[in-house]
Amino acid sequence: MKEFTPAPESASIVSVTDRVKPVALGMAVTSVHFLRDRAAFVGGEENVALVDATGEISIVAVHSGGILSTASDGKRLVMGGDDGKVVSLDAKGEVTLLATDPKRRWIDAVALHPDGAFAWSAGKTATVKSGKNEEKSLDVPSTVGGLAFAPKGLRLAIAHYNGATLWFPNMEGSAEFLPWAGSHLGVVFSPDNKFLVTSMHEAALHGWRLADNRHMRMTGYPGRVRSMSWSAGGKGLATSGADTVIIWPFASKDGPMGKEPAMLAPLQARVSVVACHPKNDILAAGYSDGTVLMVRLEDGAEILVRRNGTPPVAALAWNAKGTLLAFADESGDAGLLEL
Amino acid sequence: MSDAPKIPVTVLTGYLGAGKTTLLNRILSENHGKKYAVIVNEFGEIGIDNDLIIGADEEVFEMNNGCICCTVRGDLVRIMDGLMKRKGKFDAIIVETTGLADPAPVAQTFFVDEDVQKNARLDAVVTVADAKWLSDRLKDAPEAKNQIAFADVIVLNKTDLVTKPELAEVEARIRGINPYAKLHRTERCSVALADVLDRGAFDLDRILDIEPDFLEADDHDHDHDHHHHGHDHDHHHHDHGHGLKHYHDEDMQSLSLRTDKPLDPNVFMPWLQNLVQVEGGKILRSKGILAFQDDDDRYVFQGVHMMLEGNHQRKWKEGEPRESRLVFIGRELPEKAIREGFESCIVS
Repeated sequence: MKEFTPAPESASIVSVTDRVKPVALGMAVTSVHFLRDRAAFVGGEENVALVDATGEISIVAVHSGGILSTASDGKRLVMGGDDGKVVSLDAKGEVTLLATDPKRRWIDAVALHPDGAFAWSAGKTATVKSGKNEEKSLDVPSTVGGLAFAPKGLRLAIAHYNGATLWFPNMEGSAEFLPWAGSHLGVVFSPDNKFLVTSMHEAALHGWRLADNRHMRMTGYPGRVRSMSWSAGGKGLATSGADTVIIWPFASKDGPMGKEPAMLAPLQARVSVVACHPKNDILAAGYSDGTVLMVRLEDGAEILVRRNGTPPVAALAWNAKGTLLAFADESGDAGLLEL
Repeated sequence: MSDAPKIPVTVLTGYLGAGKTTLLNRILSENHGKKYAVIVNEFGEIGIDNDLIIGADEEVFEMNNGCICCTVRGDLVRIMDGLMKRKGKFDAIIVETTGLADPAPVAQTFFVDEDVQKNARLDAVVTVADAKWLSDRLKDAPEAKNQIAFADVIVLNKTDLVTKPELAEVEARIRGINPYAKLHRTERCSVALADVLDRGAFDLDRILDIEPDFLEADDHDHDHDHHHHGHDHDHHHHDHGHGLKHYHDEDMQSLSLRTDKPLDPNVFMPWLQNLVQVEGGKILRSKGILAFQDDDDRYVFQGVHMMLEGNHQRKWKEGEPRESRLVFIGRELPEKAIREGFESCIVS
């Protein structure tokens, strides 16, 4: 009799694992961003690995130490390091030094504006350099946890302790403080510019409706939320931190106030990173056991992209057209999937 | 899942001018073949070239969990996160606090932060004290008292600047607050590094192995660290004998409880939980070894303010007395209520 071992995913799930192009990066990876159609896997320190669609790897040295923060607009990748430098990398592999902290402090957060302005923070100071090369700085009451540019106008959100500060760098005295007790780490604007959401040190998100600064508490996570991604059109905010993907509804004018989030793709492992497809109502989710799934938002249908049994998935990204998905686990075992 | 060993973290405290930086420089310059990441609050004081010296801001925030003493060092969470990207580049982490800092938020960061806990473990709180000035500071600086009360290891420095009676006096004052910490007398912080680093003071499995007498309230003898004191050998025992002046600090004390009768876990656990909930603001540190009824395992726990962690440690050895021992170090501890509560947990 032939062996009778059902394939592990035989239950019902569709698998595309055989269509993934495996990429062995050989370095610890913390995030991935697409620069046009090249995947830029960001290492824990020093290097970025640029991988093109054929799987060819080129390693680019970007920092002389740990890489602490990243932001990308699809054309360039801006990074902050523990060497006190802000650098950018483009799809051709060219590295440009954008700024250096005079005291060589850690660059804890960076953000990138669609028109080319960028921001970084060291300690309590957030600095914006706009296309016109003017540098403007703002000190907030405590160390900056995260930075994000608003989708419209030159406006920066700065997450810190006990709230977030909204600031128009080109308007004197424009800093507006949105209070909420606790330590705020990550920050995002909704694509329609109506809401600001922070991820907190505690296992929760906090949101403000910007029209009236009304609070939105998004709690119930078993672990800290480290990854947030807006679904196509900004209808929902997908998040990590639980053993399902949690998606908060933002389609109505009240956002998630008084509503339950959708919970998709439950597994026996914590979701470690999420990335929504740029055009369709699909997301990719990476888990703490190494699994990567594609999930349809409408009905939660799942497609297996990568099996479990490895370190946590640390990096996940789509290219701008939504035709390529890149992922990597913490130890640099990566893959590319062409759709 | 990675099972890499957790990186040990030593917290270095001490009042202004006690000699923290001297000790830190010694640790970094000694030829031990280890690489330390050092989190300092004042850049530039360290004379050693090390690219893993990180400036911190001692930013403390309250957790939103309704517990007022539940404060953590947010900067430490952030720095630990950044340091973990350079795993493999260092063997251990030292966190230096400012002279006026309360060690509790640092310690609590290691209890409450999931990510920090995953990668690092608190090794010990080491307090450097100035033999000449500590007695005065204990009177006028609550921070100095906190640092002594919190310590696992006390480096009593500048002993060459005081007379023997003065030294006996300051030691007695320290013991009046914290009789459990390992105490080392030094000049210019010359203490064997093994006595301050890799102590495992917060390791439930090691606490009681390396400090078999840590709960003995009346035994101030620390003979196994004799060889590190170049002087005063002969008097060491005597100083700590029963002829010693006993100071009772008015507001900071330690309280030790023991029984050789088994405890009822169904009474004890709720009692302990409730005690730290209600009195957690006053209790700085707590530790215990417990013998529960119908349980062949020793149960050990430790706590910082309201945070507790505990586990079954190992089987009681044959012939080992099944004795429960607890110690609390804190401010204005309600001794009578604690003793009565503990008594009520004993299986009669």
